This record gives sequence, structure tokens and C-alpha cells, in this order.
Amino acid sequence: MTNQLLNITEEASTVMIEDAINAFPNECCGFFYGTESEEERIVTIARPVLNSKEGDQRRRFEISPFDYMKAEQFALQNDLLLLGVYHSHPNHPSVASIHDLAKAMPYFSYVIISVMEGEFNTIQSWRLREDIREFREEEVCWKLANRSQESEFGGSATSSHSSPHRIHQ
Amino acid sequence: MAKIIIPTPLRKFTGGKSSFESNGTTVQAVVDNLVAENATLGQQILDNSGNIRSFIRVYVGDEDINELEGSETAVNDSSVISIVPAIAGGVN
Ligand SMILES: [Zn+2]
Repeated sequence: MTNQLLNITEEASTVMIEDAINAFPNECCGFFYGTESEEERIVTIARPVLNSKEGDQRRRFEISPFDYMKAEQFALQNDLLLLGVYHSHPNHPSVASIHDLAKAMPYFSYVIISVMEGEFNTIQSWRLREDIREFREEEVCWKLANRSQESEFGGSATSSHSSPHRIHQ
Repeated sequence: MAKIIIPTPLRKFTGGKSSFESNGTTVQAVVDNLVAENATLGQQILDNSGNIRSFIRVYVGDEDINELEGSETAVNDSSVISIVPAIAGGVN
């Protein structure tokens, strides 16, 4: 699949962003599920999981292998695709870090939610380019009941289409 | 034959297939049989010595094989084996 658009329903956006706010000042994490076509990925369900990192959860997250196994089972049982993983960056921008890159798997969309001082800031999504082992930003559409952004790119609520930036190590 | 669930990020090595049935009475034997039919998938889950990679965990049912008998854990026709990649990250 060569699509580069992640289209997140209001229901799933709300789950992810509320999880990020509720977990502050710690990082939250979870999985999301949906469908995929040549044009886009549509995220219909987001499900939080426990941040199982032992240590500073304000700067790190980890998902237990048990929760991962259950996530794959949930996708199979509900005839959905496990499309990716979301987590939050408390008091940091929603740009993927070298730690995110180090553990990145092929295929998954990595959604990152920036929360500044407890307030939702920005949301961006990243996908691993395996050939050069770098992240490429993908376009995200998301909605909240009281706030929506039809075409967010670059994480800014005011810019529409900016060229994707990449993470270099 | 035991059933093996392939994690989504590795399904491009299986032509999109989410699970396989494979022969063997231990986890290692089942994985070896799977890998014998699919070398590119094997490179993802086994190291050069043929051992399961350190960032990959294997479950039989709801149990981590590290809590059982490792790759020698016994399996049967009703066993479901899950291959699980590590998921982690954080901020710079
Ligand atoms: Zn991160």
C-alpha cells in the first residue's frame, strides 16, 4: 500500500486525545484499528493500553507483549486491521524521536499526540521507511466534537499542506 | 498442526496472510517448519544462529514461552502461537 493519509474518525480521535490528556504528565499509549485502501487508512477504533514502562513514564512508553498479543487477536476477531500505535509526548512536540525510530516496525502508523501543560497541542503520524530507516510523516485527518482539523500536516493547526519533514539520526 | 499468528507488520513477508498451520511438537519445531517455507519471514524472527530474536516474544495461548519452557515448550493441534514484536518509544 502506498497511501499516505491517515483518516481518524471523531470517536477514535477523541479516545486517543483524551487518553493523552488524562495520562499527562506521563506518556499514554494504545493501538488503533480500521481499514485500508490505496488512497487512505481509516481508523475507526482506538483502544488505550497500559504504559508498562518501568521508570520515567514522562519520557518513555512501553507496551507489554501480552497487550500486543491481545491487540492482534482483537483485530482478527473483529475483521479489522491493526493499523498502528499511538502515544503521547508530554511537553514535547508531536515529532517522532530517535527512541521511537529505534523501535519502529514496518507498516504501522505511529500517531504522536503532543500535550503541553495538560492541554492538547498537536497530532502527527509517522511511518517507517525501511530502505533508509527513517520516519516519513503522513497526512492526518482527525476530529474532536468541539474542534476539528480536516487536513493537518506538519502538526500545526493553521498550516494546511507543508512538505513532510523527516527524522535524521 | 499448531496455528501461528503473524504480527501485522510482518505480513508483507507472508503475502498478507495473518496465520499459518504448521507441524511440530515444540515451539521451535513449529517455527522451524514455518521458516523453512518462508525464508524472508525467517530473517525477521530468527537471528543468524536460528534463535528467536531478542526483541521478538512468543506466546502459546496467553502464556509467554519465557514463563514456560522457552522454545522447547510443547504444543499440540489446538495450540495458538503468537509472534509478538516489542513496542516502545518516548521523547528525545
Ligand atoms: Zn515518542
